[in-house]
Amino acid sequence: MSEVAVIPQNTKSAWVLPSRGIVGMACLIVAEAAIFLIFIVAYLYYIGKSLAGPTPHDVLDLPIFTSICLLSSSLTVHLAVSALHHGRRSLCSLWLAATVLLGSIFLAGTAHEWYQLIYRDGLTIRTNLFGTTFYSLVGLHATHVVVGLIMLSLALFFSLTGSMTSKDTGRLEVLSLYWHFVDAVWVVVFTVVYVLGR
Amino acid sequence: MATHAPVTDSVVNSAPRRLVLEVLHDWVTTVDHKKIGLMYIGYALIFLVIAGFEALLMRVQLSIPNNHFVSPQVFNQLFTMHGTTMVFFVGMPVLFGFGNYLIPLMIGARDMAFPRLNAFSFWIASFGGLLLYFSYLGGSGLYGAGSAPDVGWFAYAPLTAHVFSPGHSTDYWTLAILLSGIGSIGTALNIVTTIICMRCPGMKLNRMPLLVWLYLVMSCLVFVTVSPLTAAQIMLMLDRYLGSHFFDTQAGGSAVLWMHFFWIFGHPEVYVLILPSFAFANEIIPVYSRKAIFGYPAMVAASVGIGFISLSVWAHHMFTVGMGAGANTFFTLATMIISVPTGIKIFNWLATLWGGKIHFTASMMFAVGFLFQFLIAGLTGIMLSVAPFDWQLSASYFVVAHFHYVLVGAILFILFAAFYYWYPKMTGRLLSEKLGKWHFWIFLIGFHLTFDFMHIPGLEGMPRRIYTYEADRGWMMWNMIVSSGAIFQTIGTLLFVYNMVWSFIKGPIAGPDPWDAWTLEWSTTSPPPHYNFAIIPTVESRRPLWDLKHPDDPDSHYE
Ligand code: HEM
Ligand SMILES: [Cu+2]
Repeated sequence: MSEVAVIPQNTKSAWVLPSRGIVGMACLIVAEAAIFLIFIVAYLYYIGKSLAGPTPHDVLDLPIFTSICLLSSSLTVHLAVSALHHGRRSLCSLWLAATVLLGSIFLAGTAHEWYQLIYRDGLTIRTNLFGTTFYSLVGLHATHVVVGLIMLSLALFFSLTGSMTSKDTGRLEVLSLYWHFVDAVWVVVFTVVYVLGR
Repeated sequence: MATHAPVTDSVVNSAPRRLVLEVLHDWVTTVDHKKIGLMYIGYALIFLVIAGFEALLMRVQLSIPNNHFVSPQVFNQLFTMHGTTMVFFVGMPVLFGFGNYLIPLMIGARDMAFPRLNAFSFWIASFGGLLLYFSYLGGSGLYGAGSAPDVGWFAYAPLTAHVFSPGHSTDYWTLAILLSGIGSIGTALNIVTTIICMRCPGMKLNRMPLLVWLYLVMSCLVFVTVSPLTAAQIMLMLDRYLGSHFFDTQAGGSAVLWMHFFWIFGHPEVYVLILPSFAFANEIIPVYSRKAIFGYPAMVAASVGIGFISLSVWAHHMFTVGMGAGANTFFTLATMIISVPTGIKIFNWLATLWGGKIHFTASMMFAVGFLFQFLIAGLTGIMLSVAPFDWQLSASYFVVAHFHYVLVGAILFILFAAFYYWYPKMTGRLLSEKLGKWHFWIFLIGFHLTFDFMHIPGLEGMPRRIYTYEADRGWMMWNMIVSSGAIFQTIGTLLFVYNMVWSFIKGPIAGPDPWDAWTLEWSTTSPPPHYNFAIIPTVESRRPLWDLKHPDDPDSHYE
């Protein structure tokens, strides 16, 4: 329409802004970190305040092996991104598969731990404050692992069918950011639950 | 001006009328930031009327002593629903609505960064609002106890435990807030990403309109405030459904922990609401003073400062809990410090007005009202920040008066100003100035009758949340005055609603730039086309339209 002001155009200098995916994911990570922080504060606050047993010291074992699996999956997902970046798609699939496998081992470890706690030690979310804070904090983290695994499996599927190409590196990178975050949270949860809380 | 439209714009006689169903389908499936923004605003206005009506019922009940207009149970539900609705389903959506509508236009973008996430956030938040009100039907559940939630807007433990709140009313409250929180985080994420990644060429961070800056700070604040509330609501749900013991004092849980979690959200939340109000003031005051904003960098710095400081003051809501001298001192000082950046803002607005050629439109009148009332509200806030003073007045009507001075006197006033200012952009038609001025004066009288006089029964010891009181307390006259102010406010609001409806049909055509303003949204038609800008603009300064209208004296020479 003629009466509308026309703002002059200028293409002199390149105008580059950060990628949307990365910024969006960074925001999500900040928000999620705040959620975890509150659960962690509650955990720390209730350490040793349970009125009845069992206590963490009696029943918790250090999940060293599964933790190593989860942490090394950060490396494999990184390798998957860089493989995709260089256009080596089958290598990318391989690393993605390794990531999914390592993540699943971690999850299986948690499942086993919970099974033992519930049926051997009789600890449920209702038993005491330890049960309340333990299942909710570890469970919240496990939920994030499940979401990550679903996304990674989808990426693996697309990578195998060949619909993910090096053009999509940016997207896989965003996903890998999320996965790194899930791993980093585990470091904190591990420290709080299995080191400080025991 | 070169950019003024002749009165021939084609808002009236567009294409042949479409079927209602088609229009509806259009709106329900839209991902356009302008439509989503308008839906946010419309949805908030509906809830504003509902929650306003609840306030009216409470004021009728309190206007005379020993009144039995509503029962104590209903009164508890009324203040709970009023507070929850106003904060989560009026304040948040209306501010997000304006943000959604204006931010892409102001930074020269065609849409938000994630349009579908935008639609998702809106619908999930609005579903939360419906859920809250559905509690009136479904809340009694199997137990036949209560219907709407009645635990207060901060829902202190252990009142929310199953023993004290049987039935499902509290669950509706929790779920409604959880959903609204997810929506808020989604929209905030979208706003931050849009601002960082979608600016048009030349729109450097230090050239962004201040409104955009404030929404950036506000959205970052949402991440670290709404998320804790979400976490706390998850815990409450676990307590109520799975029998965990987070806030269960019988099993060693702590009721005070809930207070901390709630106010870690609650205090920054009030800043989440006030920052967009500052944002509107930052756009409206300069345009009607015909001057560029005074002290742009200081304004930005003060906004960021407020964002940070507001994270460290939450326990000023908990002085009466008995936190000990150390904590009391810390939170008193932290709370007082926040008035420094706030003061910077007030002085900058005054300096913008100073020597300006002020146009007293309805919008500007509301903005000036905002300025003075915000000042007074801040002063009563500082009074309450002094722990020993607060011990006397916490949970009294003085506190209620303090925060309504901010929420109504500042936020609602500047929101009205924003409506008068941007309504022409959104609809293509001007609101009636005459009705607008009536609206201003009537509302101003009502506001001051209600909220100035509400301080006094507070000082005389009238506690909040009581459903009635004895005649010999000496609170009667004050309560009568307070309630009568509500009538004026209702009339003012009805005038405003009438104005919006009437002007939508009959108002004068606005043209693209009715206020001779400077930011990019005024360079489009009113309402803007769905793609916003046919050609993505390039900007050289903070006031691109000024540069365009005054090529001989562009801003870029001075910045
Ligand atoms: C200089 C600024 C401010 C200061 C120093 C301040 C201080 C305080 C203090 C100390 C209280 C606690 C009173 C009590 O419960 O005993 C309080 C309550 C409150 N303030 Fe402010 N305030 C300020 C600005 C604001 C703003 C900008 C808003 C809203 C946008 C606000 C909204 C509230 C609300 C909603 C409550 C009460 C919540 C409740 O108990 O239900 N305040 N304020
Ligand atoms: Cu506060």
